[in-house]
Amino acid sequence: MITTQDRRYADIIHPMHAVLLAGTFPLFLGAALSDAAYGSTYEIQWNNFASWLIAGGLLFSGLALILVLVDLVRSHRRARGIGLYALVLLATWVVGFFNALMHARDAWASMPTGLVLSCVTLVLASVATFLGFAARRIGGTK
Amino acid sequence: MNKRTGMLTLVALSALLSACGADQEPLQVGTNPKLPDPQRGILPNMVIAKPASWGDKTPTVPQGYAISAIATNLNIPRQTLLLPNGDILVAEGRGGNAPKLKPKDVIAGVIKARGNTTVKSGNRLTLLRDADGDGRYEVQKVFADNLNAPYGLALIGNNLYVANQDALVRFDYKEGQTEASGPPEKLTDLPSAINHHWTKALTASADGQFLYVGIGSNSNITERGMAAEVDRALVWQVDVRTGAHKPYATGLRNPTALTIQPETGQLWAVVNERDELGSNLVPDYLTAVQEGGFYGWPYSYWGKNVDVRAQPQNPEKVASALTPDYSLGAHVAALGVDFSVAAMGESFANGVFVGEHGSWNRKDPVGYKVSFVPFRDGRPAGEAVDFVSGFRDDDGTTRGRPVGVTVDPRGALIVADDLANTIWRVTRSTN
Repeated sequence: MITTQDRRYADIIHPMHAVLLAGTFPLFLGAALSDAAYGSTYEIQWNNFASWLIAGGLLFSGLALILVLVDLVRSHRRARGIGLYALVLLATWVVGFFNALMHARDAWASMPTGLVLSCVTLVLASVATFLGFAARRIGGTK
Repeated sequence: MNKRTGMLTLVALSALLSACGADQEPLQVGTNPKLPDPQRGILPNMVIAKPASWGDKTPTVPQGYAISAIATNLNIPRQTLLLPNGDILVAEGRGGNAPKLKPKDVIAGVIKARGNTTVKSGNRLTLLRDADGDGRYEVQKVFADNLNAPYGLALIGNNLYVANQDALVRFDYKEGQTEASGPPEKLTDLPSAINHHWTKALTASADGQFLYVGIGSNSNITERGMAAEVDRALVWQVDVRTGAHKPYATGLRNPTALTIQPETGQLWAVVNERDELGSNLVPDYLTAVQEGGFYGWPYSYWGKNVDVRAQPQNPEKVASALTPDYSLGAHVAALGVDFSVAAMGESFANGVFVGEHGSWNRKDPVGYKVSFVPFRDGRPAGEAVDFVSGFRDDDGTTRGRPVGVTVDPRGALIVADDLANTIWRVTRSTN
């Protein structure tokens, strides 16, 4: 019985899904570091960098979110742990989106809340990445 | 997430989104506006005009006045100049050269453009003439072409000065001319490496020795960095003989129109102030421009109210900031100013007319009219009143947006409308 169950899932995360998920973390990391640099230098270019890095992070995590939601609605792909992963990824995206709106404020108006939200997004993204790769039997079509 | 927390989140979210939409306070107009605390929700307020054509309608003017369109189908008319023989010159064009730095710039640019004309920049001056004095301007001729987003206009003797978005140029002018005799000569370059607020306002000093050029900031509130703000947000005084310039007054975020007070020779300006601090911040203003004066931008607004968005801060500059004379109301977008004359009629004889292009960053839109600010003893005093209105309906339908205003000493007001691409002329009706 157990053997049969195992065969319903792929052994590893689908490479496309893996790239999108793995790409999310460094983009949000770059955003948080850029915010920190803006906070300490007032150099506006860091604020611009952060805005685009957040947009990139939202694009990658958004696409990964679509893939995991597809997995969730297709019962034969709904592996253990995927629900928690989906939830944390959703939280990452939502907080990241509010962070993007925060960064749409002009100059210092995005600070310090922008930096705080960038850090929260970063932590959520790292947890999502861990969960996504730990729940190894999701996605894919073996 | 259960149903109840879901609802709570939704309520909290919508409260957050509309945080600055909540206020219904009236517009603060006058010499002593009440300034609320700065506020901004997660999204800025944006209410964009919905362009429509005038059809048979015309703008509304007070009892005893009449309005008519004296020129249509122009290519974005901005400022007008009345020539000594009664001819009118119209500067037409759209400028601007500011890279989009953030995702926000891309999105907001598309949204704001919906409220403006789609006509191509004229980059020219058009001359209007009413030879027989019947109020119909039967001559509409291109006076000069191939300019670069001309805006400010001034005449000193036989010299016609035009403030392009990148340079101050001079034409020879002879009374009665309907076409420039040749291409213009450059007096001096104007700051334009980046041109966020691109309009270059212009007026001549009473003695004809100097030109004053209004140069707007390159950002709302320094979001392009302070390096982009060198020689910006100020009024230049330019020597007409040499083209040499010096800053005449600074800290004026976007001085969009300048004029000289006839009795005193004093320079006055209307200035557009900063956005995204709420519906009633910061008031756009009318002020006498003091030589050497600093008016706050970017460090403070309406005198010494610190704007924390400009970092690092500069307490010394804040301490020196002058308070403007008269609040026109936040976000009205004043783009035209001119002193009235007795021939305009008793109720509107003493004061200035102000062309208000209208707001985008306010829940209840304001502006979209020409108002009259009454003066007493040479200073603005009392309530501003509407002189030309009816440009925008309550449902957002917008037929026109006033820009430059020019008083004709024979008793008429000329209003440029850059949405309808029309020049309006308000006269006293004969009844």
